[in-house]
Amino acid sequence: MSAVIENHHDDHDHGPAKGITRWLYTTNHKDIGTLYLWFSFAMFLIGGAMAMIIRAELFQPGMQIVEPEFYNQMITLHGLIMIFGGVMPAFVGLANWLVPMMIGAPDMALPRMNNLSFWILPFAFFILLSSLFMEGGAPNFGWTFYAPLSTTYAPPSVTFFIFSVHIMGASSIMGAINVVVTIMNMRAPGVTLMKMPLFVWSWLITAYLLIAVMPVLAGAVTMMLMDIHFGTSFFNAAGGGDPVLFQHIFWFFGHPEVYIMILPAFGIVSHIIETFSRKQLFGYSSMVWAMLSIAILSFVVWAHHMFTVGLPLAAEIFFMWATMLIAVPTGVKVFNWVATMFRGSLTFETPMLFAVAFVVLFTIGGLSGLMLAIVPADFQYHDTYFVVAHFHYVLVPGAIFSIMAAVYYWIPKWSGNMYDERLGKLHFWLSFIGVNVTFFPQHFIGLAGMPRRYPDYALIFADWNMVSSIGAFLFGFSQLLFLFIVIKTVMGGKKATDQVWEGAKGLEWTVASPAPYHTFSTPPKVD
Amino acid sequence: MLFNLLSFTKRNTFLIALLLLVSPFMQADWFALNMTRGSTDISNEVFELHMLIFWICVAIGVIVFSVMFYSMWAHTKKKNPVPAKFHENHKLEIAWTIIPFLILIAMAVPASKTLVKIYDDEAGDINIQVTGYQWKWQYRYLEDDVSFFSNLSTDLDEIYNLVPKGENYLQEVDEMVVIPAGKKVRFLITANDVIHSWWLPAFAIKQDAIPGFVNTAWTIVDEPGIYRGKCTELCGKNHGFMPIVVKVVEQAEYDEWVFAKKQEAIKLAELTTKEWTAAELVERGESIYEVNCVACHQTSGQGISGIFPALAGSDIVMNNKDRNIEILMEGVQGAAMNSFSYLSEVELAAVITYTRQSWGNAEKGDGEIVIPKDIVDYKEPKI
Repeated sequence: MSAVIENHHDDHDHGPAKGITRWLYTTNHKDIGTLYLWFSFAMFLIGGAMAMIIRAELFQPGMQIVEPEFYNQMITLHGLIMIFGGVMPAFVGLANWLVPMMIGAPDMALPRMNNLSFWILPFAFFILLSSLFMEGGAPNFGWTFYAPLSTTYAPPSVTFFIFSVHIMGASSIMGAINVVVTIMNMRAPGVTLMKMPLFVWSWLITAYLLIAVMPVLAGAVTMMLMDIHFGTSFFNAAGGGDPVLFQHIFWFFGHPEVYIMILPAFGIVSHIIETFSRKQLFGYSSMVWAMLSIAILSFVVWAHHMFTVGLPLAAEIFFMWATMLIAVPTGVKVFNWVATMFRGSLTFETPMLFAVAFVVLFTIGGLSGLMLAIVPADFQYHDTYFVVAHFHYVLVPGAIFSIMAAVYYWIPKWSGNMYDERLGKLHFWLSFIGVNVTFFPQHFIGLAGMPRRYPDYALIFADWNMVSSIGAFLFGFSQLLFLFIVIKTVMGGKKATDQVWEGAKGLEWTVASPAPYHTFSTPPKVD
Repeated sequence: MLFNLLSFTKRNTFLIALLLLVSPFMQADWFALNMTRGSTDISNEVFELHMLIFWICVAIGVIVFSVMFYSMWAHTKKKNPVPAKFHENHKLEIAWTIIPFLILIAMAVPASKTLVKIYDDEAGDINIQVTGYQWKWQYRYLEDDVSFFSNLSTDLDEIYNLVPKGENYLQEVDEMVVIPAGKKVRFLITANDVIHSWWLPAFAIKQDAIPGFVNTAWTIVDEPGIYRGKCTELCGKNHGFMPIVVKVVEQAEYDEWVFAKKQEAIKLAELTTKEWTAAELVERGESIYEVNCVACHQTSGQGISGIFPALAGSDIVMNNKDRNIEILMEGVQGAAMNSFSYLSEVELAAVITYTRQSWGNAEKGDGEIVIPKDIVDYKEPKI
């Protein structure tokens, strides 16, 4: 018996297995983080290709490249893939890599479940994408899949869509449980809750949001499944059901989901701004409280997505005021970032450029969000390109810029090599210009009256749609440069020091670069 | 080099090149950059509210970003090698929590007031039921018993770039909603199949049309004219192709229009008892087919594989007249095929006959035609 234990002990320093099994069977948080990140990159490129098709069709008025039916499939899959395949797995990947290292833990608390939660994801997206080749085509009802368009009037592939969403949900829930358990139980001695790095805090809150709302999404799609195959009428008015009920359930999931996609970004950007300002974050505890309040408020604002469904006056007013209230903690965060930079000692390496762009462009997205909260004005904005511009500002230069910033910031730690700073900056400027040329004009074509999810439009919108498409192609193709930079860095380059960045603080910068396969097998000492 | 660029001839080429580069932006529709100002008291109020919150947001942005840009310019490592040490300042933190809160109240109060005005569901002088269908709108004037469908009238050739696009491309319909100026018009908005949304920017009305629900919206338009709007809830394939056009006219002209519509209805009713030949029905049916059926079943009658069944060569269309009528009247449970019982007897008979006579169906099937009387008989209560 003691021999076994000794063997086990000897095993402790093993490196990664060789070949494909390393990735299939791995329970190592760093490997799984890498898998998540590459997976999300692949999905980002696929979803991006779909965006290119959409913008190519919208380049000029008239139908040129695709049919309206296929156009609807593209907008649906683009949304689903970017949200569930691009942004969310990227944040889970970052959590896997960073949370254990930041809190001084040897690994995630539930490593086998970690493996499972990643490896079911490719199947979910294989099922979703395969629906493109099915009779009747892929889901075509928008990523919000409002019933009854997604039930009675849906193509047969909707059933595959439902199972795919179930798998994604299971993966997210497992991932979230893992994060919560890890953070709650595996912090090194001395890492108290209010000493945790903000990225860890942001993920703790995000994980709770995920656990709260993913089952709601699962409920919604299950009710759809029942309506489609088992003769129920949850959402079918002809059978006594209620199509608006679907929207309430969907957005009860959907609005917290929005913050699931932005809270980890808050954490990332806080670290990067602190590092490259060489100055302590202005208000750590107010940042934590701001994130908590945003998360709690996210549960009582869902109906601001539904101002035009005919809610009673009292409900409209409640949801308007509650939504506007979110601007307060969000403002606190923005002011904190600015105050952190103020009188700092700033340098603008690629991660900082992305982080600064995040603050500016996310704030623009936040301000247009505030405008959208004003119900009478929302009657004019709702379901126009103004909304498209708004949520792309918070998701592309918001969530996605933060992910890119994170990759540039931590890739020296992951790979041991510095990325090419010149190329990184080039990538930043191309993306920055591309994203603004794409989405800024969309605010105005939306105000002027162009509805979203239109494959064709009136002539008055032609010029700005063309500008927007040019920007989208620029942004889209710049991401191939990003792919190149990442591969180049992984393959080689200038060796990174352990601390990597002059102003970097935190446990992850105390281990070697690249981070050894196992870190903090014995917990570090934190004062 | 720079000097060269500035020399006279070279400068011209440079300027022309620059102009060519920015010309797409210069020609762009600068007017299509903001919300429609509105044609009613309410929509003007909404416009003012929009401009108010827009400028507040711009001001907030300018203040926050200028502090940030100043710091990016003044506090670089070069200019400020030793970072300051300050952090947390309760006064400042309380200020930047309270001030935004007050600004929010300043926005929310006028917004709530406008909203209360919009939420007035008293009956109008004229009440129109608006029903969304895939992919057209039906308008029923409740007081006058006038009812019609409004379809996109833009030619498919324009959409597919075969001919130049007209001025009102995608914003024109075969039959406009007509309302009188200066009267309170209430719209009762619902849908027959999926959710649509009835949006008329000039009136600041956007209300979802939801099956099983009736939403209301109202307006008083003083200025006669033509106002254009769109469907704003994704409702399937032709979501982008079901515009709304409202024509506001003086009361006298409105009365004339209502009278003419009623005469039309009487004439249509007379047609029900007329003796019909197959050719007459086919001719009439073709246009009905093009408006109501072609989106799914296609001009060729082939449908779209996997979603919309083919009518050409369909056993029901060729050989089963009774079931054929039943499907048109009742729809198909659980499928996209809805009841078309809202069409007149003549229209139904014509369109069914058209499908039974086209694409070689007459030769391969029983070739029977359906006359308006068949539809009337179907509608008679069965004992």
